[in-house]
Amino acid sequence: MTRTLTRGRRRGGAESRALDDVGGAHVMSWVIAIMLFLTLLSAAAGLATARAAGALDRQMAGRLTVQIVEGETQRRDAAAAQVLRVLRAQGDVARATPVPQADLARMLQPWLGTDAEAAGLPVPALIDVDLTSDAAAAIARVTVAVTRASPAARVDAHATWLGPVGRLLDTAAWLAGAIIILMLVATGAVVMLAARAGLEAHRGTIEVIHMLGATDRQVARLFQRRIAIDAGIGAVAGSVFAGAAILLIAREVGALDSQLLDEMRLGVADIGLLVAVPFGFVLLAVVAARLAVLRQMRRML
Amino acid sequence: MANIVQFENVGLRYGAGEETLCDVSFTLRSGQFYFLTGASGAGKTSLLKLLYLSQRPSRGIIRLFGEDAVILPRDRLPGFRRRIGVVFQDFRLIPHLSAADNIALPLRVAGMAESEIARAVREMLTWIGLSERAGARPATLSGGEQQRVAIARSVIARPELLVADEPTGNVDPVMAERLLHLFNSLHRLGTTVVMATHDWHLIERIPSAHHMHLERGRLVDAQWPDLPPPSPPPSPAAPPRSTTVRSGL
Repeated sequence: MTRTLTRGRRRGGAESRALDDVGGAHVMSWVIAIMLFLTLLSAAAGLATARAAGALDRQMAGRLTVQIVEGETQRRDAAAAQVLRVLRAQGDVARATPVPQADLARMLQPWLGTDAEAAGLPVPALIDVDLTSDAAAAIARVTVAVTRASPAARVDAHATWLGPVGRLLDTAAWLAGAIIILMLVATGAVVMLAARAGLEAHRGTIEVIHMLGATDRQVARLFQRRIAIDAGIGAVAGSVFAGAAILLIAREVGALDSQLLDEMRLGVADIGLLVAVPFGFVLLAVVAARLAVLRQMRRML
Repeated sequence: MANIVQFENVGLRYGAGEETLCDVSFTLRSGQFYFLTGASGAGKTSLLKLLYLSQRPSRGIIRLFGEDAVILPRDRLPGFRRRIGVVFQDFRLIPHLSAADNIALPLRVAGMAESEIARAVREMLTWIGLSERAGARPATLSGGEQQRVAIARSVIARPELLVADEPTGNVDPVMAERLLHLFNSLHRLGTTVVMATHDWHLIERIPSAHHMHLERGRLVDAQWPDLPPPSPPPSPAAPPRSTTVRSGL
């Protein structure tokens, strides 16, 4: 008996084990594991996408490319130099950098071959421009100044052609957020149903404990403990599987050598947030169980 | 001697049916032993449920430990329940806890220190003669052993009122006598005992006990039945114990 009581004390007393029969416990753990697995994947995808969208935003914000479309090389170079002077004189321009023709030739090589200019194919001159602000007025002023300097110059705002990609990434990040919220709501609902089912399954035990003078909070604590154990087991399992899946996907993404996908990396803050999710799940499960049990208990005398 | 329980014109109705208990009035005095008899369906269990605060009456007044139990707020009920021990006919032991842990439950619910609980449980197990079965689960205990554990659980916190619903209903006559002896020991220690039973032989074993008899939900004077030898019953015409209790109603 002493051994039993000692064991009880270490675990928080036998009354805290009053609901520790195994019926249905593993089902709850599996539900939590699956929910958490999906939530962590959604959260990781959402955070990585949000990070990529942020990086894209930064790339697009106040960035222009000026093209000098001129078939004759000397005129093209002269116009490019003139445009570069005008750009560098503009107050709205923070930085104007000509793209070396060699880099351009390398970029066009897959389509035009190794010696496009020698073959008489017109290759434009490019100038990358960073503005001091991404305001539309600044872009308009720079565009006017550039076209005045050379009628052959065309101004492409990065936001114009990368905007749809950015919006897609934003949408994906919001969608991931919505999925996480839905998963949390679903988890809360599942836990509440499980707690109610548990209350029904343990009705006899609870009536006895109730008749022995246990308060509603004491009974709720029994369920909280039971649910916390089940949710904890589920959280560990779900986290391990989700972590493995995230690492696998990260490795595959890294192998793609894509500039955009390279930005889809989880930062320290993101990983901290993901680590907090399982704890949040267990907390949510415990709170949901407590609310469900207290509500049910109030129906008893 | 203080009144521990007072019922005044208490009625109990489940749903829209007839009253299960009707105009029940009685007083239980502190430290007394009461038998509650009546045929099946007479309302014994319902009356006991009112006593151990598992049910509120449909009408009437119930004063428990000097307070109106009918209007007692829910959050005060646990405190009152801890002053009442209950022995259920079907034991209601928690199946996956050991005998010792089952017995310790009321003390743990009350938040007593584990060292004190261990000592109290040890004493209780000795008292009911189950020291060797402390770690046994209820399923491995005999009916009589389970009932003794249930009784130990109901009295370990030294309740002021002990309510027992046919505690000897599932045990043989020898065990019934032993259980009655346990109840009587408690009664001698000052606990008010209310015991529902069909067993008139047990009733005559405690001559000092009072007797309440229910018929169709109403308290009436008990008629002492003809009991077989070897224990000849007292005169059926004048059951002394029921008269005593009627005078206290």
